[in-house]
Amino acid sequence: MDIKVNVRESEGDAYVVDLTGEIDVYTSPKVKDAITELIDREHYNLVINLEKVRYIDSTGLGVLIGGLKRVREHGGSVNLVCTNPQIKKIFDITGLVKIFGIFDDEQSAMKALA
Amino acid sequence: MNPAPAASRTHGVVRLEIPAIAEWVAVARLAVAAVASRQRFSVDDIEDIKLAVAESCTNAIQHGTPESTIAIVCEVSAEGIVISVRDRGQGPPLGAVEEERIGEAGRTEELGVFLIRALMDSVEYTSDVRDGTQLVMTKRVSG
Repeated sequence: MDIKVNVRESEGDAYVVDLTGEIDVYTSPKVKDAITELIDREHYNLVINLEKVRYIDSTGLGVLIGGLKRVREHGGSVNLVCTNPQIKKIFDITGLVKIFGIFDDEQSAMKALA
Repeated sequence: MNPAPAASRTHGVVRLEIPAIAEWVAVARLAVAAVASRQRFSVDDIEDIKLAVAESCTNAIQHGTPESTIAIVCEVSAEGIVISVRDRGQGPPLGAVEEERIGEAGRTEELGVFLIRALMDSVEYTSDVRDGTQLVMTKRVSG
């Protein structure tokens, strides 16, 4: 089990983090490192693409929440791209749908950052 | 040779013991998913079971000792599956977590417990200094 992380610059100052694989207690530090590095470089508008993520647990959610808290301190935002029903269900039952912007495609997530 | 009765194909006990380290959690959740798939669970139910087992193991790792192990017992019956997860640690904070407080600072550690309670039909914890922590959770076959 592994997670692939790809970071790319998008429109304006926004960055997209593409994740592929499974996010759990073993792989989430790799995701955290990528998000932390972007924030340390003062990039506060992020889209995290979960389209190719098959599984996420509480440690993965914790990493996303931690990233959101940090960017909000600087007036930024984290939007998610996710259509996987099982993963959307996790965001729903934890109430995290209320604190993250969750979109069906990257273009919508990017537009909502502005 | 006559085939085994149908009931014996779905009833059984499976025991698994993994090292209490992060890279083994995937083995536990996949093994339990394979056991659960022997019963008439929906795909969604099996995903719920996978996540609940993974959260239990993650709690054991976060609150236990690195050299210890996690013992998982799955009992499958016609009614569903009962999963016991035992470790030598003192367990996670067990207080009920309100959904609207999950995003607050310091609450993310309790997400795992919240998820287990939300995804399974019943959850019981026992914890003491001598025996460690045991979590017993049940998922019933619906319909």
